[in-house]
Amino acid sequence: MKRFLGFVRKEFIHIFRDYRTLFILFGIPVAEILIFGFAISMDIKNAGVAFLDLSHDEITHKLSDKIISSGFFRKTEDLLSYNDIDKVLKKGHTKAVIIFEEDFGRNLIREGKASLSIIADGSEPNTATLITNYTTAIVNDFNMGLAGTQVSSALKIIPEVKMFYNPNLQSHFMFVPGVITLILILICALMTSVTITREKEFGTMEVLLVSPLRPVQIILGKVTPYFILSFINVLLILALAWFVFGLPVKGSLVLLLAETMLYILMSLSLGILISTVSSTMQQAIFISLIGLLLPTILLSGFIFPIENMPSVYDYVSLIVPPRYFIVIIKNIMIKGTGLMYIWKETLILAAMTTVFIAISIRKFKIRLE
Amino acid sequence: MRKKVIEVENLVKRFGHFTANDNLTFEVYEGEIFGFLGANGAGKTTAIRILSGLSSPTSGKVKVAGFDSGKQAEKIKKNIGYMCQKFSLYEDLTVKENIMLYGGIYGLSRSQIAERTGILLDKLRFREYENKLISELPLGLRQKLSFSVAVLHEPKIVFLDEPTGGVDPITRRQFWEMIYETAASGITVFVTTHYMDEAEYCDRISIMNEGRIVALDTPGNLKKQYNVSSVEEVFIKIARPDASHPPAPSPGSG
Repeated sequence: MKRFLGFVRKEFIHIFRDYRTLFILFGIPVAEILIFGFAISMDIKNAGVAFLDLSHDEITHKLSDKIISSGFFRKTEDLLSYNDIDKVLKKGHTKAVIIFEEDFGRNLIREGKASLSIIADGSEPNTATLITNYTTAIVNDFNMGLAGTQVSSALKIIPEVKMFYNPNLQSHFMFVPGVITLILILICALMTSVTITREKEFGTMEVLLVSPLRPVQIILGKVTPYFILSFINVLLILALAWFVFGLPVKGSLVLLLAETMLYILMSLSLGILISTVSSTMQQAIFISLIGLLLPTILLSGFIFPIENMPSVYDYVSLIVPPRYFIVIIKNIMIKGTGLMYIWKETLILAAMTTVFIAISIRKFKIRLE
Repeated sequence: MRKKVIEVENLVKRFGHFTANDNLTFEVYEGEIFGFLGANGAGKTTAIRILSGLSSPTSGKVKVAGFDSGKQAEKIKKNIGYMCQKFSLYEDLTVKENIMLYGGIYGLSRSQIAERTGILLDKLRFREYENKLISELPLGLRQKLSFSVAVLHEPKIVFLDEPTGGVDPITRRQFWEMIYETAASGITVFVTTHYMDEAEYCDRISIMNEGRIVALDTPGNLKKQYNVSSVEEVFIKIARPDASHPPAPSPGSG
């Protein structure tokens, strides 16, 4: 045990003495969270909205005034027909078009309901969500007002939201779980595979293998610091998300941290596996980036929804571990669900970890021959 | 009869169809400096890797420090030191940290490490470098330190695989003085080299060619047997028996 601790201590020295490693470990996650967070603004002010009023009655005027005067929106144009919608959205100043159906006011009074459509520019998903949410809120508020005054309480304007260009809109909170998923697999797998191949490349691995340290101790010794630092990293990201962006963990924090540990373990074993098949650091970096970074970004559902992919990619994504962790972390952080809903994913991750470790041990032994 | 610390019997190592070690049989005695010579690719490194437990033989019996290499590999590890061709200290650690690390790995206590570090640094006149990073040291000093670290835990045998590759002649000389001192303290030194002048310093040498041991004796006896004045000439006669004016074996790693 003392041998082992001395070895772990050495590994920490490696990390803390190399500012590049430190930067990758802590600089990049913080930068990414801040960039994602601020680039995806959570407020709208004076967003351009165009109106297509097919009714032109008292109520539509009142409602559009209410929307404009809210301070969130600015009227860009009054449209004359449906054909103008695409044109005006493409110009870019207008982020959404609000449409009042024909005979809006009459319908509302006669039938007790009228429909209003919001067509938003989905190519800016976050702005689009915000605009529709705000508009819907304003309309609801207007509904309440109506209910209190003139007519029967059954009166209702039903807002109907449509997204142009990006129908399956992602929530703007998604970036935090996504970044955690990406950062962890990158740091754990990339860093461990590099640190182990470095020992091979520099010849120090031979000396370690000749020593009384057992191969398992060598591997654990190299991996332990990264486990600890990655865990600290997660806490850091969660704290940033909470304090800077006000994103709380809805579900159980303990469960989230436990799942994160499992995911870190999986990533570390993947890193060990990569190190057993690569003999130089360049190889390890190459495999990690091509084999992990791209699939994580493209196939995990981090950015592109898996449901929208051709079924081939859907099947390919089944072997991409981050896919499962994203489901887990989104469920806990955003939906606040418990283990009941994510036990399958958890089990898959645990199984993957076991397989990776088993292959690594086999490979590591073979390499000694 | 002196005590045997390495016993090798009919050692064979094959990689696919290639036979790297072809039926090696030899013994090494306690406190001896045993030189392992051969051209690049003759099988020296393969043999030293098997003896130090990095690789296992295809067939044959290997006993190191009295333990069987197959069944008691863990016990062997505690009794040997190893220094490989590639430099084996951590460049981003200081001299002292490297010593601490290897001392710790070999299970020395804190006080033992402190004591031996002091002796070692004084012996090498290294005090001023104690807290310097290895990357700041010149190559010669690094090699000497590397050797000292390999024998820090006072092993029975130390394996040196081409320890003086790329080192200047003066440092090589000093390095061999260290080897002598080590052997005098009772530690057996098993060294591979392709510098023929270094072979003269060994108590006994074995010359390998194409995976086989083709000569094994003291440098003096070999020179007498082949009727030449240096080990280099012995080597040339053995390795290239047909050549009338053979070129000297080119130094390199291997």
